[in-house]
Amino acid sequence: MDPLLQNTRRHFLTKATLGLGALAMSSFSRQASPERDGNGPHFAPRAKRVIYLFQAGGPSQLELFDYKPTLRQRHREELPASFRKGQRVTEFTRAFPKPMVQPFTSFRKYGESGTWISNLLPYTAKIVDDICIIRSMYTDAINHDPALNFFQTGSQQSGRPSIGAWLSYGLGSSNENMPAFCVLLSKGTGRADAAQPLQARLWGSGFLPSLHQGVQFRSGADPVLYLNNPAGVSRANRRKILDRLQQMNQLYLEKEGNAEVYSRMAQYEMAYRMQTSVPETMNVDEEPDYIFDLYGPEARIPGTFAANCLLARRLAERDVRFIQLYHQGWDQHNDLPDHLSKQCRDIDQASAALVMDLKQRGLLDDTLVIWGGEFGRTNYCQGRLTADNYGRDHHPYCFTMWAAGGGIRAGLNFGQTDELGYNVVEDPVHVHDFQATMLHLLGLDHERLTFKHQGRRFRLTDVHGQVVKQILS
Amino acid sequence: MIKRMDAIIFRSLIASAISCFCLHCGLEADHTGETSIPEKIDFNLHVRPILSDRCFKCHGPDDRARKANFRLDEEAFAFEMLDSIAERFAIVRGRPGKSELYARITSEDPKEKMPPPESNLILTPTEILVLKRWIEQGAEWKTHWSFIKPVRTPLPGGAKDKWPRNEIDYFTLVQMRRVQLEPSVAATPEKLIRRLSFDLTGLPPSPQEVNEFKRDPSIQAYEELVDRLLASPAYGERMASDWLDLSRYAETNGYHHDFERNVWPWRDWVIQSFNDNRPYDEFVTWQLAGDLLENPSYEQLLATSFNRLHRTTQECGSIDEEFRVSYVVDRTNTFGKAFLGLTVECAQCHDHKYDPISQREYYKLFAFFNQVPERGVTKSFGNPSAPYLALPDEQVEEVRAYIDQTIEREYASGSQQDSAEAYRDVWREEMSALVAPVMIMGVLDTTRPTYVLDRGLYDAPGEEVFAGTPPAILPFGKGEPADRLGLARWLFNPDHPLTARVVVNRYWQMIFGRGLVDTPDDFGSQGALPTHLELLDWLAVDFMESGWDVKRLIKQMVLSATYRQSSVITPAKEQADPYNKWLARGVQGRLTAEMLRDQALQMSGLLVNRIGGPSVKSYHPKGLWVQVSSGGRYQRKYMQGHGEDLYRRSLYQYWKRIQPPPSMTIFDAANRNQCTVKRQSSSTPLQALVLLNDVQFMEAARFFAERSIREGGNNAKERIQWAFQWATSRLPDEAELSILLELLEEQVLEFSNYPERAEAIVDLGEGGSGQMVGTEELAAYTMVCNAVMNLSESLQKN
Repeated sequence: MDPLLQNTRRHFLTKATLGLGALAMSSFSRQASPERDGNGPHFAPRAKRVIYLFQAGGPSQLELFDYKPTLRQRHREELPASFRKGQRVTEFTRAFPKPMVQPFTSFRKYGESGTWISNLLPYTAKIVDDICIIRSMYTDAINHDPALNFFQTGSQQSGRPSIGAWLSYGLGSSNENMPAFCVLLSKGTGRADAAQPLQARLWGSGFLPSLHQGVQFRSGADPVLYLNNPAGVSRANRRKILDRLQQMNQLYLEKEGNAEVYSRMAQYEMAYRMQTSVPETMNVDEEPDYIFDLYGPEARIPGTFAANCLLARRLAERDVRFIQLYHQGWDQHNDLPDHLSKQCRDIDQASAALVMDLKQRGLLDDTLVIWGGEFGRTNYCQGRLTADNYGRDHHPYCFTMWAAGGGIRAGLNFGQTDELGYNVVEDPVHVHDFQATMLHLLGLDHERLTFKHQGRRFRLTDVHGQVVKQILS
Repeated sequence: MIKRMDAIIFRSLIASAISCFCLHCGLEADHTGETSIPEKIDFNLHVRPILSDRCFKCHGPDDRARKANFRLDEEAFAFEMLDSIAERFAIVRGRPGKSELYARITSEDPKEKMPPPESNLILTPTEILVLKRWIEQGAEWKTHWSFIKPVRTPLPGGAKDKWPRNEIDYFTLVQMRRVQLEPSVAATPEKLIRRLSFDLTGLPPSPQEVNEFKRDPSIQAYEELVDRLLASPAYGERMASDWLDLSRYAETNGYHHDFERNVWPWRDWVIQSFNDNRPYDEFVTWQLAGDLLENPSYEQLLATSFNRLHRTTQECGSIDEEFRVSYVVDRTNTFGKAFLGLTVECAQCHDHKYDPISQREYYKLFAFFNQVPERGVTKSFGNPSAPYLALPDEQVEEVRAYIDQTIEREYASGSQQDSAEAYRDVWREEMSALVAPVMIMGVLDTTRPTYVLDRGLYDAPGEEVFAGTPPAILPFGKGEPADRLGLARWLFNPDHPLTARVVVNRYWQMIFGRGLVDTPDDFGSQGALPTHLELLDWLAVDFMESGWDVKRLIKQMVLSATYRQSSVITPAKEQADPYNKWLARGVQGRLTAEMLRDQALQMSGLLVNRIGGPSVKSYHPKGLWVQVSSGGRYQRKYMQGHGEDLYRRSLYQYWKRIQPPPSMTIFDAANRNQCTVKRQSSSTPLQALVLLNDVQFMEAARFFAERSIREGGNNAKERIQWAFQWATSRLPDEAELSILLELLEEQVLEFSNYPERAEAIVDLGEGGSGQMVGTEELAAYTMVCNAVMNLSESLQKN
């Protein structure tokens, strides 16, 4: 048994219900810890927590970040074979012509960094000097399901722990009233009828102990599943019942010496605390108007991306280790101009507001904010290409993400793609590099954060990954 | 012959050395924190675990990863002259000073040191000492234990001991004594019957059953009880629960839109097979190769659905071959994990780094499962991908009627308010899967060639290979067909070193909470070593000789004195053996997700005891499916069932892969995405929230309360005693009773002060109420029952 657990247990036996809070935490982060559970960072971290604004479906880099004037000149021309180099494409477009298509958006340079940003992202344009834009991302996967898994777990096949679970395992929790890994979901307005589905396993703990799994926070009456007392059970009465329950458990513990009992008692106490800490976090009534103005009107509508961004800041203030947002709807195979505009309206103001809000509170220094999807989109058209309508297919060979805060070099434009926006030509960043860099900022060596399962030491980055030192401040 | 000798030597050594060694992590500190080193070093027990874990990655079976062209995983290579340094040998028997291996592991020079610093691996001083002593003692080499055929050894220890009740106990006793432990007293009859009922049926015993057994806890009565439970239909359901994890059973396809498929007929066949006590070899052979038997019956074909239960995709744009290959990979890996207890999947991309399975051998195994006339990208909307098996007409009619009835009732009741006309069609589409043909196995007319796939990639075929099995385990039978039937016969060849051990170990884990090999999915060199090898082998041989009789095996286990011990932990025992490896006390642990819910339903009298049929949708938090699914016609919305559907046993709950029932996954149910043979057992705050607040459990508490009033007696004391006995099988002592009576008083006061709160509690759920007492009193009893159901003791087997 974990010696810590054993000591606290003895303590517990003599000191009755004192110290249950600390106990709950120790078992939340340390139970079943064969290797390094909650041992803290390997070296001094630059960031203490992460807010990951995941844009599920694959946002088009060509309309938003990766400005390619050449595409205007070569609009409707077939993609040259010299660019494709025989790389695979999806079955959507494999057997069809691949006419390149110019973005319908316009670009301007913003900030001291002179960063090119699309007219669809006017708020993001305002924070370019606070963020680092990486235009040279690439991935191995070409379909949503494997690509999402790859980003979140380092493997295209499901079953491995997600990033948040790795961090909870590696660093433990820093708030005894909240889980270390929280998840918030929102639906996009851009492809409402055919958005790519998500899977609850994306925030699973895989083979790590299940107490590292992400806890989903939902809008509405029950922000965490089963959080509310049933109708007719008041909080005061819940306390009374729990007190009696704990008395009973303690008698049993003394009689049978069963270690599991004391750990369970602690979990019941943490559950009780979460019943207030979670709604308190979710309650934005006290937020001043200027905050809502900053995040935009949708921040008042629970369940929207904007509302989730505001909640993300509140979770960050409470020192939650990993705050994962998912926004669906970025899969623009068709009707891209209309759908992409809507998606951008969903996220632009709130994403920028989150960075500004964290900054004004001094939280940006040790909070890493990440924005991006699982892959990018092709420079050629999928489906019918008309004067004002087109679509783009999945594209793993280059796409754009941005990151801000916690040790990231602000105002940096990193990486280059070729003049047609098809392949990376300078400073490529693979998904595993990105993951290695994120862990590095949190003070973890991605080669040493391991968990032995089925005879093998597993890592988030599998056997790959290089820290991208150039983007660090 | 050599293998046989190895086995005997190994056995005799295990006895002397086992006491001071933690078998799966090399060496274990003793009570004072000092690590002791055994007099005689054994290769399998002490040396291989170190070499495998720290050295094999670069000096093991994987040709491509090998450094300095030096390998340590096979005797012949380990003792060769080194390529890298002329006239030097890694190991010189008896001479550590002359052994390059020893020089390297003790070197201070980072360029020389092994393992190298960049590997992030280290050898502890104790481990270095073990290697040194092993070399000094002659560096004797042995075949890995699990590849040596099991043999039945004579029972160890003194026949004059009174404690043993059957063969198992002789083996466990000798190991306890070796670590200075003595068996615990027998568990009380009430604890024993509770433990046994959960283990054999997944359900708690009733107070009547407990009291009956308390009146006559004789050996004969116990054996009769065991027989009765094994004959109960609930036995098949309990055993099936486990098999559903192993076979990654779920109602939906898993990838992308996660549409539905038809699987419940297969699940019913599994339950029936356990209840009929179908011999394990036949049970597995049908599942692997039922379609290849002569004139296969409906059941034999249905059984092969096992190999089609993997996830499938219907995502447009996916590359067909990429996914088809992934299905074959899944079958191969499942076969490896479930039946061989080996991590064969490690050899998908490269030679296995620890075990003697080359990448080539992986694809030879893969070839058996590569002959299915199937598609990689299946059709949309849950249509299964061929080959498939149509259900019998009468079953189709029956289920169709059920579907019509369900949908019309839903629609008429208007209970799904936001569901307009459109939903009727979506639901019909979803439910029509319940009568769809079942995906089964079949064989292509012409053999599909199989290639070694470079780095495991579907589009990087290399050398062509043909179906075959890893020779290090057992050569493939001469004259056997190179198909799945031949594979099944290979698996059940009495000389197979793994099959019987792996299954016996899994059932041991089921009954004793922890396998004799603690890594039921890894019997390879990185896996745990057996704590009781002779026992494992004795059981394995006995099981084979019994004709693979599963009920007999389970009965043997539960009749042992080892099983019947009390689980009370003394500080001394906890200190000496915190994980109960040496079995000097009874098992304890949290009930599984299924057992917790089934217990609540059973105690409350709500449980519907009907076996099989389409899966059901019980209470479920609102909006969970919609939030992860797509929109429009791709959307799936949870259509909660009513009436009996709410109270069926948990294994019948509809399992949607992208959003399984949260009250199951919160209690560590397997995710059913890949073969799972060992679940976690965690304790988290979310579990407390489910048991305290979920309407399923609260409603059960109210029915439990009503029942306690109706059946428990005429006064509070008797009713509380009755409820407590249901939940724990024992009666509360005075102190416990008085706490619960005080709680009842508090609750009566609470609800007389707030009658509207009592109303709300009595209104919870859909089951209604046959109230015999006033609302306030019923609410008060409900809260007491909810507390009783949340006692740590109620949630555990002990």
